[in-house]
Amino acid sequence: MGGFFQVAWAVAARQVYKYFTNPAFLAPALFPLFFFVAFAGGLTRVGDVPGFDYAAGYIAFQYVWALLQAVSMGGAFTGFSIAGDFENGFARRLMLAASNRYGIILGYTMASLVRATMTGTLVTVFALITGMPISGGFDIFGLIALAVLANIAATLFGAGVAMMLRTQQAGPVIRTPIFLVLFLAPVFVPFSLLSGWIETAARLNPFTAILEAARGYLAGEPTNVASAFATSAILIIVLTLWAVYGLRRAEKAG
Amino acid sequence: MSGASFLTQVAALARRSTVRTMRQPAVIISALLFPMLFFSINASGLDAASQIPGFPTDSYLDFAFAFPLIQASLFGAITAGADLARDIESGFFDRLSLTPMRPVALLGGMLAGVVALGLLQGVVFLAVGLLMGVDISSGVGGMLVIVLLTVLVALGFGGIGAILAIKTGSVEAVESAFPLFFVAIFLSSINLPRNLIEQDWFRVIATINPISYLVEGIRSLVITGWDPQALILGFGFAAAIVVVAIGGAAASLRTRVA
Repeated sequence: MGGFFQVAWAVAARQVYKYFTNPAFLAPALFPLFFFVAFAGGLTRVGDVPGFDYAAGYIAFQYVWALLQAVSMGGAFTGFSIAGDFENGFARRLMLAASNRYGIILGYTMASLVRATMTGTLVTVFALITGMPISGGFDIFGLIALAVLANIAATLFGAGVAMMLRTQQAGPVIRTPIFLVLFLAPVFVPFSLLSGWIETAARLNPFTAILEAARGYLAGEPTNVASAFATSAILIIVLTLWAVYGLRRAEKAG
Repeated sequence: MSGASFLTQVAALARRSTVRTMRQPAVIISALLFPMLFFSINASGLDAASQIPGFPTDSYLDFAFAFPLIQASLFGAITAGADLARDIESGFFDRLSLTPMRPVALLGGMLAGVVALGLLQGVVFLAVGLLMGVDISSGVGGMLVIVLLTVLVALGFGGIGAILAIKTGSVEAVESAFPLFFVAIFLSSINLPRNLIEQDWFRVIATINPISYLVEGIRSLVITGWDPQALILGFGFAAAIVVVAIGGAAASLRTRVA
């Protein structure tokens, strides 16, 4: 067991060092920031649509989606990094040296949390500067917990794909499904105002429960919390198995 | 060099550019699929926005139809710019300089490829839009004008892609400009009419952003019918972008060759 945590710490420390020594380390936050500006700035009047009943206002409504997008894309970027490690031969040497290879997955996940903390903080500071109110008090910790779980789930997904494909060309395979899951949710209006195929897609999308609960926390009106945490837990269990499967495929490939 | 031989050079390089694009199914599929996917998601997700008092139509699908056309032009520009940068990176451009072929023919060929892709995208999106239930108020004539404006926009964006490619000579640099184009599209009246944008700073940006007028030109043909002011502004800005971008690309090319 000691080997497991030792490997995890070593991988995490290297990843965090790599992250902070990259001059463009905050670049992954640019897209969520841009979407936040475009949607919260340009679509404020959507908050006037009859039936739009989110108490904290449209800027806060969009902030939650931007935050979850930032942390999820942080997970995707960790996947790109893993793919890069395989392509340049580092991961192969790491697999030979690691006394417990499952620690590699934990290490990348820990580093991804650091990355998500940075990008999430940047998005939050930006939202506060642009006038986002926080009306939920200590409920904000519920929002943070859901963001952490979303990051872990996205990282495990990215890690699984990266270890299976072991090339940086895996980028779109990691990014596109995460992007689709994020957009096939109630991005612009609450779930109750969706209709047609997007309502069906959002209903089936596990991310919807997480997004709606996170928005409830920010507004100080927690809703469907149990469902959101249960969904996150199931996603993490399934995606851990997925990442382990990816690791085994990488081991077999040598 | 005679005009006819110059046109032959452009035709040869346009054919090369088009064949290269057609041989990359992933490029064609993403150029056609992603704009329609975004359109579909945006139009459905923002359907409730048509209930905002003063919204110009009761169908957000009609309102949003300009989105895939503009976004597709952007994708086309990046793809073509990246191809041109690859030609510079791989040395093809330098080898071309040693032949009697004029480098400006390379630019012409690339832009001809952009026009071909823009035409394909315009026709396909129009067909898919009609199947999805988009109602074009200006009728068949309006559809032709929509395709024409889309091609003109694609040519203008293609010119910008060419400037980036020629100035940097790097595929990565051209690809990394994609978010900037994307930001420019979203910081326009693409999602709501300008008079319904509540935040003053956003409305100011959307008003000075030329993309708003391209979007409103296409949109007027879909939801209003024939609106001379919107069309003059739309075609005027598109033509200005074409002139400035292609002029800039030609100037950059002269500098690189020198």
